[in-house]
Amino acid sequence: MTVILGQTFTGISIGAVLLLIALGLSLTFGQMNVINMAHGEFIMAGAYTTYVLQKSISDAGMSLLVALPVAFLVSGALGALLEWLLIRRLYLRPLDTLLVTWGVSLMLQQLARDIFGAPNVQTRAPDWLTGNVTLIGGADPLTVANSRLFILGLAVAAVVALASTLRLTPLGRRIRAVVQNRDLAEVSGISTARVDRTAFFVGSGLAGIAGVALTLVGPIGPTMGTNVIIDAFLVIVVGGIGQLKGTVIVAFVLGVLQSVLEYSTTVSVAKVLVLVAIVAFLQWRPQGLYTLRTRSLV
Amino acid sequence: MSSASIILRRRFLSGGLALTAVVALSACGAKTDAAGSSDEAAQADVSGDTVKVGLLNSLSGTMAISEVTVRDSLKLAIDEINASGGVLGKKIQPISEDGASDWPTFAEKAQKLIKEDRVAATFGCWTSASRKAVKPVFEKNKSLLFYPVQYEGLEQSPYIFYTGATTNQQIVPALDYLKSKGLKKLYLVGSDYVFPRTANKIIQAYAKANGMTILGEDYAPLGSTEFSTIANKVKAAKADAVFNTLNGDSNVAFFKEYKSAGLTAKSLPVVSVSIAEEEVKSIGSQYLAGQLTAWNYYQTTAGAANEKFVKAYKAKYGEDKPTSDPMEAAYTSVYLWKAMVEKAKSFDPEKVKAASDGITFDAPEGEVTVDGATQHLYKTARIGEIGTDGLIKEVWDSGKPIEPDPYLKGYSWASDLS
Repeated sequence: MTVILGQTFTGISIGAVLLLIALGLSLTFGQMNVINMAHGEFIMAGAYTTYVLQKSISDAGMSLLVALPVAFLVSGALGALLEWLLIRRLYLRPLDTLLVTWGVSLMLQQLARDIFGAPNVQTRAPDWLTGNVTLIGGADPLTVANSRLFILGLAVAAVVALASTLRLTPLGRRIRAVVQNRDLAEVSGISTARVDRTAFFVGSGLAGIAGVALTLVGPIGPTMGTNVIIDAFLVIVVGGIGQLKGTVIVAFVLGVLQSVLEYSTTVSVAKVLVLVAIVAFLQWRPQGLYTLRTRSLV
Repeated sequence: MSSASIILRRRFLSGGLALTAVVALSACGAKTDAAGSSDEAAQADVSGDTVKVGLLNSLSGTMAISEVTVRDSLKLAIDEINASGGVLGKKIQPISEDGASDWPTFAEKAQKLIKEDRVAATFGCWTSASRKAVKPVFEKNKSLLFYPVQYEGLEQSPYIFYTGATTNQQIVPALDYLKSKGLKKLYLVGSDYVFPRTANKIIQAYAKANGMTILGEDYAPLGSTEFSTIANKVKAAKADAVFNTLNGDSNVAFFKEYKSAGLTAKSLPVVSVSIAEEEVKSIGSQYLAGQLTAWNYYQTTAGAANEKFVKAYKAKYGEDKPTSDPMEAAYTSVYLWKAMVEKAKSFDPEKVKAASDGITFDAPEGEVTVDGATQHLYKTARIGEIGTDGLIKEVWDSGKPIEPDPYLKGYSWASDLS
């Protein structure tokens, strides 16, 4: 019983990581239809930001908390710059966007190698994140790592913040208007160019937050972005384009599925089975779990 | 769906196919390069007053954590030899190539070093996967590779000198040690490639013959950082000890998760065969204190040769840099090559090989001797315990150098393996 509960929680925590890395992408890819292959490198930028901050702020806990807003700004600024320099010239040309952002991703990886060196680096986790919380005591205790709880909390907070921004603020209303019907939004007096850039800033900034979270799980390196970007795209595609709730549900379902299969088989077999499940699901629902219904012609 | 978006999607698809085709084509190109076009043996260029040697290590990617230090100690040995007059009156000129933790890249770079740079010998490789990738290149070109890392045995290439431990000098002594401590129920965790899989086969055979049980065997892809499930499985299995053959910085994630799961060196010790001082430093000794390792050398190993090596290394690369077993084996390998060349009075690989038997060197780990028949070394096995200061303290050693036995011919339980 403890094993089942433990594995379920492991799945939820894998899901939380997936959710964090996919959340920014759900805005830029899901809502704006931009295939940004450099999204993984924005995650990397967030992780390296944490590393740099820990070098200057010796207290591990403080540097982690400071890293959250700073990484959001650093990655967000990178994203806004990319949008302004390249992507805005390539809207409605998805293949070109894909190739250009892939190139940018390679350049960012090399840049990281030149600045921080090719070997991966690590950050120290603060003491309050290295311990465990015992959920069920006794002879066969169920313990949950503090760092995993922190990531879960971070993921939930990020989703709530993004969802309420989209739903409640004037900015969110404008983003939704542009997503649903770009031309109509424009004739209604919305500056779609500015909305695009702001949305891209927020989406990329969320990648930075994911980068901070990933430093608690594994090492920081130039290729860490490419390792997670495929998973992020999978979550969005299965969840359905243009819907936040699809992303949230699919991230947790894939996380739990992965951990349960991994427990009964092996890591590699579990990965294969999850991919087979995804392919089968997309045969049945090619549009993903949820789709946005609009009257738009495009 | 509107017709516009269908067209968009089609263009996207065909473009994607074109992209895949380009990637596939370039991969094919790389392959033919690596295989080489001519069959003749490569001639090393020794005409000038320098002799070139190749250094082939991963300077980027998941293995860089370990392999950069090997490159550094190879350079240290080369500098020392050059300062004392070189080899056969020639200064050594190292050519460093990055294998990038990618096995086809290793084969490509090996080909480049032999054919274009015309090196007299090459030093490097870490993972067995990279060694297996370059082995045909060295054999085809009849050029020498000095391989400095402990490995899974069951190999004896005529063009490779193995200066790290084979299984009967590392894994078997480690199992003997666990058995003598009464730790008989093991859980095996490793990276998913040739070394851990073969090592675990050997451990399974040993366990069967020695009354030990293997409760589980799990592999994670090289570079994987998600270990919470494996930690849960290890915990649920209630083993006496974990035998860890993970490589590279997967170890960071594994030990973080191990601690998070509430497991400690006291409750469930881990014996690692790929974690040396350098890895301890980057994983963090707070995650590793009390855990066991099996090697032939530690920075703390006693002896004048080691004191000199540690001092020289720290002077060159910084006081905070530790020395480790693969670094020591790499450092030793350059000196052994020098001794072989001087005995053969030639850089010719065939003559160097013929001169190799019985060459000894007063290495930092103690005296090592080359066994010409297997091209392995006689080495002393050592078990160590990781301390809170990040150094490894020896808790057991084999007393004298163990004869290399890559095919485990001297062990009856291993008769089915090769």
